Parts: sequence; C-alpha cells; structure tokens
Amino acid sequence: MKTFSLSEAAIDPVALLRKLENRGIGAVVTFEGRVRDRNEGRAVRGLAYEAYAELAEVEGARILDEARSRFDTTQALCVHRVGDLVLGELAVWVGVSAAHRDAAFAACRYVIDEVKARVPIWKREHYVQGEAEWLHPGT
Amino acid sequence: MNYTLLYFASLRDAAGCAQEGVASEARDPRALYAEAAARHAFKMPLERVRVAVNGAFADVDRPLRDDDEIAFLPPVSGG
Repeated sequence: MKTFSLSEAAIDPVALLRKLENRGIGAVVTFEGRVRDRNEGRAVRGLAYEAYAELAEVEGARILDEARSRFDTTQALCVHRVGDLVLGELAVWVGVSAAHRDAAFAACRYVIDEVKARVPIWKREHYVQGEAEWLHPGT
Repeated sequence: MNYTLLYFASLRDAAGCAQEGVASEARDPRALYAEAAARHAFKMPLERVRVAVNGAFADVDRPLRDDDEIAFLPPVSGG
C-alpha cells in the first residue's frame, strides 16, 4: 500500500481512518489541513495545488518511512490534494496509529512539518479581489 | 547536449511552459538555470531554487549527461 499519495479527488478521512485499524493499536492521531478564508491579511476565495508528482510521491514516502523509524508507530499515511480547492476543503490528511499516544502525536507532527518543508507541491491562492499568486515561502 | 527542462509554479508561469527541450553547452544545472533565467527573465535567484535530475533531488553542480531531465523547483508551499 502506498503510504503517501496525491489525490485529484476530495479526500475521504473516514475511508483513510479505516486503513489504520489494527488490534494492536492504542492510539490514532490525525491531522487535517484545510483551506482557510484568509492568508496574511488577504481574503482568499480558493486555491490550487500543483505537484511534481513523480518526485512528490518518492519524497512523501521517504518522510513516512522516517516517521515510522523515528517513532514507535504502527502505521503512518498521508494524502495531499492537487488541483482546485474551495474554502473549507481538506487539503492534506495525515493519520498515524501506534500502541501509545506519545509516538502517535510526535509522528503525526513530524509528517505534516516535513511534508510542508520538503515535498514538491505548490499552492496558488486566488483572492476575493481577483488576483492570484503562487506562494513561495522564505523570500 | 540535449536536455529536457521542467518548470513548476511561478517558474512555469514565467517560462510560459511546463517543459521545454533545449540544446545547450551547459554542463550542470547551475549553468542551465542561468541560461533559462536569461531566456525567460526569471526573477528568482538560483539560491531559492531546488534542482532535481531525472526525478531525484540533485546538487546544482552535478555534472549532466545528454538527455537528462532537469527540474527547477521554487520554494514549496504544500500543506
């Protein structure tokens, strides 16, 4: 099973959660990143994600491997949207299962932080005022 | 040598294409980016760009071979 995937369709967190089920786990931590209506003072009406899919899938899978080897987790999964998203829509989902909560929280945090920093995915925000801009953090 | 160049996000917009084939004397991604930046009037300095060669992250000074595919990746903003 692929641990990291890009999705052109809406993310289904209930279906993803089912993939984490296992009798040995005592904790599940999930993170849902959603499309917000404002960013840096500007009103946002929607956004689009573009990915370098070939490399994003390799780098994403590497991050999930790292999470499983650094923390005592049972399973770790991540799905990231590509394409056009509306306000409130799920942009990224991370789910981690483990025997105990400390590992699940830590691994979930690790995955979302590393995905944001390393995976070749870009966000283009469309503003209520009409214009649109690619976000490239770190001027 | 012949290369395929891939551009993403704002670099794709600035280049006006996602991909282009070039014949170039450049022998590493650093020199190729300088050529592309001049051709397309890129404003983003190479210091902010990550490079991938044939689908894997690579150093900007890595020697290139004929038919390599070089991707120029501006700072990422997923999540």
